[in-house]
Amino acid sequence: MAFSLDLLFEAVLFGVLLGGFYAAVSLGLSVAFGLLDIPYVAHPAILVFGAYCTYLLGTAGIDPILAGLLLTPPFFLLGILLYRFYYETFERRGGAEAGVRGLAFFFGVVFIVEVGLILAFGVDQRGVQAPYIGSSLEIGEFRIPYRMLTAFGVALLLTVVLTLYLSRTFTGRAIKAVGQDEGALRLMGADPVRIKQIAFGIATGVNALAGAVLIIVGPVEPSLDRLYIGRTFCVVVLAGLGSMSGTLVAGLILGITESIVLMMLGASWAPAVSFGLLLLVLGIRPQGLFGR
Amino acid sequence: MPLSNTRFWTGAGIVLAALVAMAFSGINEYVFFAGFVVLQFVVLASAWNILGGYAGYVNFGVPAFVATGAYAALVMFKGLGAPLVVQIVFGAFVAGVLGLLVGLLTLRLRGIFFSIATVAVIFILETVVLNWRFVGGASGLQLSRPGPSLGFESYTRMLFAVMAVMAVAAVGISRYLQHSHVGQGLRALRDSEEAAECSGVPTLRLKLIACTVSGALLGAGGAPMPMYLSFIEPASSFNLSYAVSTLAMPIIGGLGHWAGPVIGALLLGSLQQIVTVTISSELNVLVVGVLLVVFVVIAPEGILGLVKSWKRSSK
Amino acid sequence: MEAILEVSGVTKTFGGFTALSDVSLSVSAGERLGLIGPNGSGKTTLINCISGALLNDSGSIRFAGHEVSRRAAHERTRLGIARSFQIPRPFRTMSVLENLMVPLAYVGGVAGGRARDEAMSILDGMGLAAKAGVTSSQLSQVELRKMELARAMAASPKLLISDEAMAGLAGAEVDEVLKILFELNARGITIIMIEHIMQAVMSFSQRVVCLDAGRIICDGTPQAVVANPDVQRAYLGD
Repeated sequence: MAFSLDLLFEAVLFGVLLGGFYAAVSLGLSVAFGLLDIPYVAHPAILVFGAYCTYLLGTAGIDPILAGLLLTPPFFLLGILLYRFYYETFERRGGAEAGVRGLAFFFGVVFIVEVGLILAFGVDQRGVQAPYIGSSLEIGEFRIPYRMLTAFGVALLLTVVLTLYLSRTFTGRAIKAVGQDEGALRLMGADPVRIKQIAFGIATGVNALAGAVLIIVGPVEPSLDRLYIGRTFCVVVLAGLGSMSGTLVAGLILGITESIVLMMLGASWAPAVSFGLLLLVLGIRPQGLFGR
Repeated sequence: MPLSNTRFWTGAGIVLAALVAMAFSGINEYVFFAGFVVLQFVVLASAWNILGGYAGYVNFGVPAFVATGAYAALVMFKGLGAPLVVQIVFGAFVAGVLGLLVGLLTLRLRGIFFSIATVAVIFILETVVLNWRFVGGASGLQLSRPGPSLGFESYTRMLFAVMAVMAVAAVGISRYLQHSHVGQGLRALRDSEEAAECSGVPTLRLKLIACTVSGALLGAGGAPMPMYLSFIEPASSFNLSYAVSTLAMPIIGGLGHWAGPVIGALLLGSLQQIVTVTISSELNVLVVGVLLVVFVVIAPEGILGLVKSWKRSSK
Repeated sequence: MEAILEVSGVTKTFGGFTALSDVSLSVSAGERLGLIGPNGSGKTTLINCISGALLNDSGSIRFAGHEVSRRAAHERTRLGIARSFQIPRPFRTMSVLENLMVPLAYVGGVAGGRARDEAMSILDGMGLAAKAGVTSSQLSQVELRKMELARAMAASPKLLISDEAMAGLAGAEVDEVLKILFELNARGITIIMIEHIMQAVMSFSQRVVCLDAGRIICDGTPQAVVANPDVQRAYLGD
């Protein structure tokens, strides 16, 4: 294990970019689980699904980022439909087993998506081509892959746009409020169910772009959905449920930690980092860094 | 509605005797090969239901507990040449400890975090196994199993009989728990954890008991796997199919009652065995996944629930 | 009269928000205490800290001579603190009778036929005997509230905290619940009542405590508290 300050610095740098990426893929979950309190374990599965959709558009020659943007509206609609279904089936009926059933439902969706992807695309990895994938920016002795820079850039943009939307627009603020005080919202004339619907639609729409970023960062395979359950929930819990800006910070922490572990112990231990960090946070400070 | 103890154990005894007698008969070997899997699912589904159905905490890391049982059994066999019974007991023990640890870490928190922690355990365990040469690492291990004992014609027949005993035991344990003081408390905490606490129910303690027993039974169900396959490897041990099926069976059969997992396991397990010859294992998982979602949405009380409401409406 | 409950200097914060700030309160055995305050004043947080649903950050809570602020809720129930919930939390898959069997078993250690008899007599006293076999998810609002109280009673409490048991009930129903609370108190059970229905609070309480923004702003007879200008300001604003 050759340890040098240079290697460490490079790992940290890579970790920062990786962290931004992790924040981007967790934004949708931050809304769906952090704000709306939906046990949305299927979020990473939809993310991977989005990545594969980007791949398909890529085979037609469409640039991945453009593909992500094109996929956002249909994914937004998908989100609305999904929430509607979830609401009618689980939230409305209530009952003791609603929580178990909601969770079982979403895990069922995870299985179906993962196996569906295996049946459609096989277990081998799929990737995309783009001018910014494959080459690196060289600064002095350090090489920063362009694809990571792109991912980080998109991630930053997404986070800023979403945070602004949630704090500046009426619907956005209603979304932030609906998790905490439905009653007050109703008094203001807003329909909580419609607000949650839009929120979930946004969460899924963001996922489309995040999926594009996922396949830009590296080739994808169907089993990634379970790995990303660890990463996305780690980020959302570490940030603190309901904190958008916290998502960026938490993403950075995870990215840097994973990058350093990758450097020191190798790739097989990297998945354990996100899950381990998640368990640690839940044990020591379950409300996360910025949670309410 | 509850079956009296004598009725249940008489019935169970008859079933067990029949299964064991089968194992001594001249029936085609393949029946026992397939039957082992169905019986194993009875064990796994019953085990899952103790935590999932009775307490309402959903374990998505079933492959981790099953693999723990399998690998622990392997260690006993390879390291000490231990007989099958010892392997199973040790597998159950280690998996039970794992259940207790995961429970201690996460059962104080909301249900979803427990579930995610169980997913975490899969990854962590898989990493450990992959890096452990003694149990074969990534490429796995071939085993030569000893000859069958107790007068059975083949090792597979013996495993079938052993699994039959375990299935009856698992169902018996889950039935006992359901009707016990602990079962009453679990049901209360599943319906409302806060109200249960305020009614004097030590919710954390009960959840830990359920988690430990459930984990131990899952491990027991997985322990005979190395002997069954004469082979062990991470890819098949940590497979998705166990996760989906063990979840689907109690949900389809009926949560919260000991008979639900049995119905689900027998139905789904047999179906899978018949159909596996014709379709791929991925399609199998897809179908089970879809069935799971369909039942969760349309018939949340499972087949038992459907029977109950059909009985009620025909009165 | 000795104090059965002594709350001293209790503080509870959630992130940046202080729900309770240095709250001290003493309740005598057999007393009927009313707890009032505008929405968000910390009433529910206070009783959550007393019952053990939440752990206070600082201060102490002594019940019947025991320091309980670090103890789990179920232990406090076993010591004699019972509560009903603002939004009823029945054990939905169980019948009304089975709901009561849970505290009877877990607090009183009573099961089987004896438990059934005790449960039935409690239900009788509440006017719920006819609904004993009904699944609790099928009850009406007022029946649910009564079952909450019945279930709390099945834990043989020394202190019963009733959290807005009358919220949303019509006139006659309010009287029904009030009557039950009076009867329980007559048996020697200390009762803390949180209520927004002022008439009920006034007629029931021997003493009233008013909370506002996490602090106790008044503690005295019902008449004195209602006439207090701070209390009026808290409810009506400046």
